[in-house]
Amino acid sequence: MPSDDLSVDELEGVEPEAPPDVPRDAVLSVRNLHVDFPSDDGPVHAVDNVSFDVFENEIVGIVGESGSGKSVTSMAIMGLLPKRAQISGEVYFRGRALRDLPDKQLRRIRGAKIAMVFQDALTALDPVYTVGAQIAEAITVHDRHIGKADVQDRVVELLRLVGIPNPGHRAKEYPHEFSGGMRQRAMIAMSIANEPDVLIADEPTTALDVTIQAQVLEVMERIQERTNSAIILITHDLGVVAGLADRVMVMYAGRAVETGTVDEIFYSPQHPYTLGLLASLPRLDEDSRRVRLHRIKGQPPSLVHVPSGCAFHPRCQFARLPAPCSTEVPALRAIDDLDHVAACHFSEDVVKVRPDDLKTEAS
Amino acid sequence: MPSYVARRLAYSIPVLLIASFLLFAFVRATFDPTARLRASRDPHAIQRERARLGLDKPIVVQYKDWLVKFTHGDWGQSSRTHDRVAPMVRGALWNTIQLIFWGILVSAVVAIAIGIYSAVRQYSLGDYAFTSLSFIGLAMPPFWFGLIAIQFLAAGPRNWFHLTNPPFFFVGLHSVDASGVVDYARHLVLPVLTLTVQIIASWSRYERASMLDAMSGDYVRAARAKGLSSWGVIFKHAFRNALIPLVTVMALDIGLLFGGLVITEQIFSIPGMGKLFIDSLIQGDANVLVVWTVVTAAFVIGFNLLADVAYGALDPRIRYA
Repeated sequence: MPSDDLSVDELEGVEPEAPPDVPRDAVLSVRNLHVDFPSDDGPVHAVDNVSFDVFENEIVGIVGESGSGKSVTSMAIMGLLPKRAQISGEVYFRGRALRDLPDKQLRRIRGAKIAMVFQDALTALDPVYTVGAQIAEAITVHDRHIGKADVQDRVVELLRLVGIPNPGHRAKEYPHEFSGGMRQRAMIAMSIANEPDVLIADEPTTALDVTIQAQVLEVMERIQERTNSAIILITHDLGVVAGLADRVMVMYAGRAVETGTVDEIFYSPQHPYTLGLLASLPRLDEDSRRVRLHRIKGQPPSLVHVPSGCAFHPRCQFARLPAPCSTEVPALRAIDDLDHVAACHFSEDVVKVRPDDLKTEAS
Repeated sequence: MPSYVARRLAYSIPVLLIASFLLFAFVRATFDPTARLRASRDPHAIQRERARLGLDKPIVVQYKDWLVKFTHGDWGQSSRTHDRVAPMVRGALWNTIQLIFWGILVSAVVAIAIGIYSAVRQYSLGDYAFTSLSFIGLAMPPFWFGLIAIQFLAAGPRNWFHLTNPPFFFVGLHSVDASGVVDYARHLVLPVLTLTVQIIASWSRYERASMLDAMSGDYVRAARAKGLSSWGVIFKHAFRNALIPLVTVMALDIGLLFGGLVITEQIFSIPGMGKLFIDSLIQGDANVLVVWTVVTAAFVIGFNLLADVAYGALDPRIRYA
């Protein structure tokens, strides 16, 4: 492993200035993150008051449908949102507020301490450079003094680590000569090149077929065991989250609606949206000819005109209208375990319903 | 790659043969080298001249005879000046190549610089300014622009400030009584400016569009996520990808450059290929015109080949099979 750049010492020399509600042992903390994009119809509220912590060695899953603000959240953490985005709230990396950092210092964290695996590896790899050169770039950007041969050795080692056969030869090939699964693995190799403390994986398996998905997920798990990085796994695939994540945050319309451990989320969901998602999943042990899966009525809301009160109320079977569901935004609250929180006025009622209860008999 | 270039060169031979045959036939059909003998009182004068020039033979045989001579370096004689065509064309070509070289160099550098600036600072005041200027540049006919440039950059300042010489010369490529880099540059500025103004205007628009396209690519965001600086990303990733579509446009436009040369060389009295073409056309100098068109066709084919090779160098996804 190449030694960390001098810039990191410089960073660590500064006292953390995080407020008391940010846990000292969290690697990454997001507090009250809001992201709005101006549009002709008014501001798009892509992320609305999201807070969460990521601790060492854990995998946090962020789940939600398209447009729920998952990817925008990750871009905000990386500081890669376009200039027109209006951002408020704070991101703390080991207690340091990232949003106050000038770009020059943020660059030393990007890719070295917080790295990202992008959704579509075909478009996220530059078509005109070899895969090896692009992985090498990730190393040399943060370590200018490393020798050429060392970089090459490290590139080959990284490709071998993510399970690419014949890595020495493959490093000299271009992205279009790689298959979809191999591209995604090369992308992972690139992101772990500097053994980052936090790895953000934005839908790492979306474009892949199921067997390749499994391989890529296995690679990520193996990497995490080796490097002890924390992983933020962004996905709309509940199955992926169930298999990999330690804790889960469910997002809906730019808000966090439920946070808890995987078991809590999957076995006793407290938010009607989480419950609905689980009830719409088929199970291997049920007879698919007799059971009809649940569906969440309606469409996800426009982020320009988010429904008043709880954003989920127009689609919610537990909603009491008009008050409180369409008048008051529910805060995240715990009903028994302090770490399991849901943003619902009637969590106590929701938790009594099991996902299977929502499935109906097929006629 | 070398075998591809060799094969492409081999392919260009039949293309060049067909092109030269058609050009030869067209020039023969449109120009009659015996026309000036029609007023002659000798009724056999035309016939004798036709036999002397071989015009009584079928066109294919005429072409074959011409081709054999052409490949042996005998490019014929001008019917206007009775000079040998080969040195005439060679001299004109050398002047034109200088104009093309500086023209392409200046156009590419300026257009790419404007394009990158306009893409990186999209919708800034500078971007709007360059957009307006490029529309003016595109709308400006070179013959008019050349005259305006002479008036306001050369002849005008000389008269206003009572100089012996204008700041930029507007006749030929070098002074009769002087030489050197400075003299050469002072001659080049106005013709190159006239030749490039439209090209810069259109290439800078292409560069802006292809840079914007490249900069919105996921790989650019991924490169930023690796920790590269904004300019590092722009030059190493976005610009490198944006070059590929630009090269296409450049290769196609270089053919158009020959059209611009005709006007530019005429305005600035530069004895190049463009001026040679106009002079031969007006005088009906068929022997020069045939050679001129064939040499020009060879140039266009050569630039197309160059563009194809450049693609391969720029875009690894293109494979020469």
